[in-house]
Amino acid sequence: MKQRVRYYDSVGSRVFDVLNVVLLSGLAIVTVLPLLYVLAGSFATESEISSRPFFLWPHKFVTDTYHYIFSTDTFVRALLTTVGVTAVGTVIQLLLTLTMAYPLAKKFLPGRALVLNLVIFTLVFSGGMIPTYLVVRDLGLLDSYWALMLPLAINPFYLIVVKSFFQELPEALEEAARIDGCNELNVFLRIVLPLSKPIIATFSLFYAVGIWNDYMSPLLYIDDSKKWTLQMIVRQLTAANADSANVLQQLETVTFPEQGLKFAVVVVATLPILFFYPFLQKHFAKGVLIGSVKE
Amino acid sequence: MATDLVPEVVQPAANSSRPATGPRRRRRTHNLWRYRWLYLLLLPGLAYFLLFKYLPMYGLTIAFKDYVPFLGYSGSEWVGLKHFQELFTGPDFGRLMFNTLLLAVLTVVFVFPAPIVVALLLNELRVNVLKRSVQSLVYIPHFLSWTIVASLTYLLFSVDFGVIANWIHGLVGGQKTDYVAQADWFRPLIVLQLLWKQTGWGTIIYLAALAGVDSQLYEAARVDGAGRWRQFWHITLPAIRPTIVVMAILTSGHLMDSGFEQIWLMTTSLNRDVADVFDTFVYYIGITQGSFSYATAVGLFKGVIGVVLIFGSNFLAKRMGQRGLF
Repeated sequence: MKQRVRYYDSVGSRVFDVLNVVLLSGLAIVTVLPLLYVLAGSFATESEISSRPFFLWPHKFVTDTYHYIFSTDTFVRALLTTVGVTAVGTVIQLLLTLTMAYPLAKKFLPGRALVLNLVIFTLVFSGGMIPTYLVVRDLGLLDSYWALMLPLAINPFYLIVVKSFFQELPEALEEAARIDGCNELNVFLRIVLPLSKPIIATFSLFYAVGIWNDYMSPLLYIDDSKKWTLQMIVRQLTAANADSANVLQQLETVTFPEQGLKFAVVVVATLPILFFYPFLQKHFAKGVLIGSVKE
Repeated sequence: MATDLVPEVVQPAANSSRPATGPRRRRRTHNLWRYRWLYLLLLPGLAYFLLFKYLPMYGLTIAFKDYVPFLGYSGSEWVGLKHFQELFTGPDFGRLMFNTLLLAVLTVVFVFPAPIVVALLLNELRVNVLKRSVQSLVYIPHFLSWTIVASLTYLLFSVDFGVIANWIHGLVGGQKTDYVAQADWFRPLIVLQLLWKQTGWGTIIYLAALAGVDSQLYEAARVDGAGRWRQFWHITLPAIRPTIVVMAILTSGHLMDSGFEQIWLMTTSLNRDVADVFDTFVYYIGITQGSFSYATAVGLFKGVIGVVLIFGSNFLAKRMGQRGLF
């Protein structure tokens, strides 16, 4: 350890290092503590939640809340709805994003600049909530699952990132395919898409997380509580302005673990994200950074 | 398939800088045919943008009309700037502007610098394993929804069984405070949520900039006798300055966007006065009360300010000798 001369290993520098380790570890712990507490709380008894101040391991380990929520129609339906909408929505989003990004990556395509500018302009300015709502309504999509997928079908940021990625692909491969008689559609399907697996993985995760977490769309477009997504249930049960009595009534039972329920619902709505988190982490930094490359 | 004009095999598509021959229209239809597959691929996405992005922009015209659903966009009567007058002279405008701007200021002061500080600290961390673990953990909240964040806030701060609420009560004593419902605690909680959710994620872009610094610079500085602090001041900090400027431009472009979901989820009947911002106001007026035209006018006002802010800050950045966004 002593062989290498460190010009900056003064006392002050070492003290800083120690403080820095403590500070950042503390930050990381504080960040995840609320999640761990909720997880622990979801397995605790009602009395433990209300009596113990803070715990990461329940004295008595119970799964009542989970049994309960998975036995209610309201919750199971919301879970299935969310899974379905997320799956179908992500496929739509990917299809539209990939197909649109490819021609936009072709600098020789007449009209490309116009379309690209149309896309970029939407990053700066939009019609806003009400006009968009009216379009969705006029299309007859209110109270339809499509309203949770179509209005957000393309994220302009992601589109531009994917476009930049396509531009980076070696032109020679595509060229060779064209000379062999492939038309552009086949070049896209057989050459470009197989080369784009990492970016497809990245953005399918990004899009899926986006739909899974989306609260504004169901709030705006879905009135029918039978079509609610998980986020709506979570909000109804536990948000500051929650209307939990109303939902609990809908859950229509006499006895239920009222507090534990809130913990468990948060856990179920969070768990899929945490499950995919390692995959997300592998890819997201890449996505963010490609996005920062200027056109 | 009529490839009578120019067979694609002979003439690769990339080679399109051919001299213009023949009338323009013929060349256009020719291009349309030649690039038909590309245009076909472009079509669904373009349709999406026209339908869900540009049609709503046309819908903005109802801000200048008295929109009646029965009459439609074009049938409704023009009323000029009536709704804007209503907004500017009405009782809500001052409060909305104040709340929106105060949240923006709080964001700039507390939330914007946080990722920069954390990224710089992470950059000084010499234990790589620790660095990576910390990063993995602090990125997590970014992927959680605002409903989850609101729920966590409720579970931690609510008056009946919130852990932190009880903890503070134990320390301070006195009467129990309902942090979640009360107006006084609305803004601190909003800032706290933003810090928790976005700080870690925000470090990525700065860490990338820091990773790009040439290590020879540090070596040279060390040879010249620069201590750690001077290396930080003269090498590290200047290295991320362009990134800070770009992020500042992006942030200032969105100063008026107060995060609808976050605010809406934290609004209670007790804190409406401090919680209402333009975004949530548009929802109340438009969706809850059905005054589509007035709500659209409010939204348009906010949107126009957003555009001015983006172009303004971009211009400013360029004047200061920085690279802008466009």
